[in-house]
Amino acid sequence: MAVPALASQEIAEPVEPRAGVLRNVFSSLMSNRKALAGLAVLLLFTVVSIFAPVLAPYDPHSLQFDALLPPSIQHLLGTAANGQDIFSQLVWSTRESLLLAVVAGVFATAVSVVIGVTAAYLGGAWDHVLNLFTDVFLVIPTLPLMIVIAAYAESHGVWVLITVITVTGWSYGARQLRSQALSLRNREFLDAARVRGERSLYIIFFEVLPNMTSLIVAIFLGAALYAVLAAAGLQFIGLGDTNDLSWGTMLYWAQHNGALLAGQPLWVIAPGLCIAALGGAFALVNYAFDEISNPALRPVKKRKR
Amino acid sequence: MSYLLRRLEFFAITLWAALTVNFLLPRLMPGSPAEAMLVRFHGRVSPQTVKAMEIALGVHSDQNIVQQYFEYLGNTFTGNLGVSLTFFPTSVAKVVMLALPWSLGLVGTATIIAFILGTLVGMLAAWRRGGIFDAILPPVLIIISAFPYFWIALFCLLLFSLTLNWFPLGFAYDLTSSINLSWDFIGQVVSHAFLPALTIVITSIGGWILTMRNTMITTLAEDYVKMARAKGLSPLRIMLQYAGRNAILPNLTGFAMSLGFVISGAILVEIVFNYPGLGFMLLQAVNGEDFALMQALFLLITVAVLVAVLIADVLTAWLDPRTREAT
Repeated sequence: MAVPALASQEIAEPVEPRAGVLRNVFSSLMSNRKALAGLAVLLLFTVVSIFAPVLAPYDPHSLQFDALLPPSIQHLLGTAANGQDIFSQLVWSTRESLLLAVVAGVFATAVSVVIGVTAAYLGGAWDHVLNLFTDVFLVIPTLPLMIVIAAYAESHGVWVLITVITVTGWSYGARQLRSQALSLRNREFLDAARVRGERSLYIIFFEVLPNMTSLIVAIFLGAALYAVLAAAGLQFIGLGDTNDLSWGTMLYWAQHNGALLAGQPLWVIAPGLCIAALGGAFALVNYAFDEISNPALRPVKKRKR
Repeated sequence: MSYLLRRLEFFAITLWAALTVNFLLPRLMPGSPAEAMLVRFHGRVSPQTVKAMEIALGVHSDQNIVQQYFEYLGNTFTGNLGVSLTFFPTSVAKVVMLALPWSLGLVGTATIIAFILGTLVGMLAAWRRGGIFDAILPPVLIIISAFPYFWIALFCLLLFSLTLNWFPLGFAYDLTSSINLSWDFIGQVVSHAFLPALTIVITSIGGWILTMRNTMITTLAEDYVKMARAKGLSPLRIMLQYAGRNAILPNLTGFAMSLGFVISGAILVEIVFNYPGLGFMLLQAVNGEDFALMQALFLLITVAVLVAVLIADVLTAWLDPRTREAT
């Protein structure tokens, strides 16, 4: 009889701090300048990708202009080797680049969560094997592996890129999640759930994961940064779909047509700055998360001795 | 010594995993682009070589997979990796060995410079908490870490080679000269390697600085640092031998973890500068659908990373007395 009473108390227990944690994280983010700057850039790119048809002055594939025109009022960034308007290409490219970052970031995070939390929760031999598996993936250099997989793949569409990035990008997060889940494992509310006789899956999804929300968000931000850079790298060497519009593909064509030697440096500089701005936005919010969870890292106003 | 033994075990397991991934990849992917490549070899190289490549690339498998696996392992350890299509009729092993010294020299030097410099700057930033270093560095470094390596490379190329004409455009030495040991040639190698090395240092140093700074901040709050201060030891000694020595350990472990990322970036840097190392060769193998060369390069790059990680582990064991305790 005492057990159900205890259980009902314990059910309510983890729910309350969950909302509290999220609210705290949110208000800390809003008062952190690094986070605000990052979020503003992310918002800007989201708006650009939604309104690309309105914002781009020309059809990005249109070949109607002269090749390699210098920047002017009509063509803010000049034209490419076949006469496409570079600014319109840049605006349209935001869509695929942002999509790749978010989707690949979510997938990689999901794999991290499954492997990291399972390892910590199951423990023993399972933990040992999964942990070893994670470490192996952490050490194997990712780009050569991505290049080999992408070279074997028959098509080079967005989904191949997403798969390749997911396969190579989950290990770092899995490692962090495992150590946090290990520290949660022996908390009382989990013991309570076990005593109630809840199934392992229920405990993992409704008791363990909600308590790790802020770490999972941080890992997503890291994975998204990784996805931005990895996708750009793969597309740059021609392993994306070269007919698609994305910043990496723009750089591929710029390099392919010798944009720097042809005196069209903006063709190279603009997509690179966009990649860096998107990646930097994820990185800034991520660093802000670090400062929030570890107060020692927060900027100090005066030197203390 | 149990720590080093465990790390050796990890080295062996990772090596085995890389070998196995390399073996399974061509077999797991749908379709077989490698088959088309192998057709072009028939009648041009010895039947044994063709067979070795068929086993490595998973084509025409009339043997059972276990047999193939062991033959593949044997071939790999004896360097029997087949013939390169891009550089026909040179063997893959030979092509790879030509590229290896350039990559080792460039990436090795740049990584060591970045690590040492980054660790020192990070240490100073934490030591002078709230100083100029500490206030400006983190946000700047975070932004830099978001720039793609190859884009920084393109930018350096634009600025220092095309605009300012300070450095040559690419490759490892002037194309008019051949490899020799004169001072003139060494000068060429250094000036050709400078920009790629600079790019790698710029893009990888941020990680070392931030990790070192963040660990050092935690270490500086430890009691033994307070004790050292109370004893009136010189600040330099406290910074280097008390806080620094302890804070460097996570950075060394981080070295092992992030080396894969650094190498990945270095591959793209080599491609931008047409630097004749492993990364540039990997791109040529991809463009020429030279799967035998591609897989050999993947293996070699992985082994290089694993050896570097092992070296970092030995250093950790040497710096950290706790790892030497028998447990």
